Amino acid sequence: MVTEILGIIIAALLSQNFILVKFYGICPFMGVSKKIDTALGMGMAVTFVMALASAACWAVNWLLVKLNITYMQTVAFILVIATLVQVVEMFLKKSIPALYKALGVFLPLITTNCAVLGVVLVNVQNNYNFLLSVLNGAAGGLGFTLAIVLFASVRERVNKADCPECFKGFPIALIAAGLLALAFMGFSGLSIS
Amino acid sequence: MEILMQVLIAVAVLGGLGLAFGLVLAAASKIFYVETDPRLDQLNECLPGANCGGCGYAGCGGYAEAVLNGEAPVGKCASGGNECAQAMAAIMGIKAEAVTRKVALVRCSGEKTYDKDGNQIKGAKVKANYEGFRDCLAASKVGGSGPLSCKFGCLGYGTCTKACKYGAIKVVNGVAKVDEDLCVGCMACAAVCPRQLIVPVEPNRNVVIACNSMAKGAVTTRSCTVGCIGCGLCKKICPNDAITVEKGLARIDYTKCDNCGLCATVCPKQLIKDSKVETLSDPAIKQPTNSPEVKV
Repeated sequence: MVTEILGIIIAALLSQNFILVKFYGICPFMGVSKKIDTALGMGMAVTFVMALASAACWAVNWLLVKLNITYMQTVAFILVIATLVQVVEMFLKKSIPALYKALGVFLPLITTNCAVLGVVLVNVQNNYNFLLSVLNGAAGGLGFTLAIVLFASVRERVNKADCPECFKGFPIALIAAGLLALAFMGFSGLSIS
Repeated sequence: MEILMQVLIAVAVLGGLGLAFGLVLAAASKIFYVETDPRLDQLNECLPGANCGGCGYAGCGGYAEAVLNGEAPVGKCASGGNECAQAMAAIMGIKAEAVTRKVALVRCSGEKTYDKDGNQIKGAKVKANYEGFRDCLAASKVGGSGPLSCKFGCLGYGTCTKACKYGAIKVVNGVAKVDEDLCVGCMACAAVCPRQLIVPVEPNRNVVIACNSMAKGAVTTRSCTVGCIGCGLCKKICPNDAITVEKGLARIDYTKCDNCGLCATVCPKQLIKDSKVETLSDPAIKQPTNSPEVKV
């Protein structure tokens, strides 16, 4: 059990990182990585939603398996995630306005973050139980946070550098993202069993 | 029959889930309903929505909220100007003072001009070639006071250009220039200038002092051909006593200045200029220049 938990954490953080190894959720990864603190905010929001979505989707999947209609998983999960993000947004707006303001536009953006759907589908494929699903969701979110914060700090420096005009801005960011993904490939052999 | 059942179950389950989630959302929107003042939207509509940050708040929304809560006066929005201030005051039911438009002025005239052999003939002297980050703050840290001989002049690495949301400030011949027509006076450029060169002035001024050198006259002369040496000729000729010379630098008090332009005629360095010429906004009175780069 302990090795399984450790294995899930290490896979979600490093060797099977959702962004840099599986290439899920590239849109927010490129879009909100201009500054370290906004990247951190986005990462925290995604972690939060991923853990909640894993829990909610586990329950929905149980229902789908009972009724033998697992082919509806993707549609049902998207429904769950969209609702969840909306409810979380309303809840934060009412209860923790400071956090709501800090997360700002990132919160509704998470609805379209395919890393959230990805983590839920991974849970289902690996037949994780409820606790392991939530763990995988939270660890996956932290992996996302790690990747986006690392990338934002790279980008802050690259933006200051005197690079050729045609590479300025987005092109050099894409190249930097590629190099970062290459570096994360180094973790691919890592596993605990 | 079997297949029909399967389809019906799928439709029922998905429909049921959708209905359930819809109800949850409806309930949540009632439970977590936050009342907002309708005036907030109206205030937001008055503001230009450029989020320049010139008012000192985080974007237009932040300023609208501060005005609503009575924490900020109306008329802090330089971009919206007088019209915006009056509209906001009407919504809040208060009176607003008239807001005069101001634009940014870069107090440096050290544009570098070179002859055909590449020797510098005019402008601020360069003591070193800087090849680091294209950023004024970074450049100003190098070699004590940056690559320019003058410790007060514009470094010309365009930090202000990046800060401007309106594309109103450009670096021409190594000195930042403001386009008076595009500038809204938010002073975002002034906030990032490491040498505090940029100040707000009323547009259409006949005389502005485009220099910030507080060094002694001899030092200024050595480091720049167009630096203010504090000779005081402008002070003597001014009929309204509007000019003072402090720390080797002339300053104009615009509450006394009547725009006569006499000081500009006696300045030995020709750095007292028409603000229009300075800001290059009107091609008809633009000073002739050898450089083809001058464009706004």
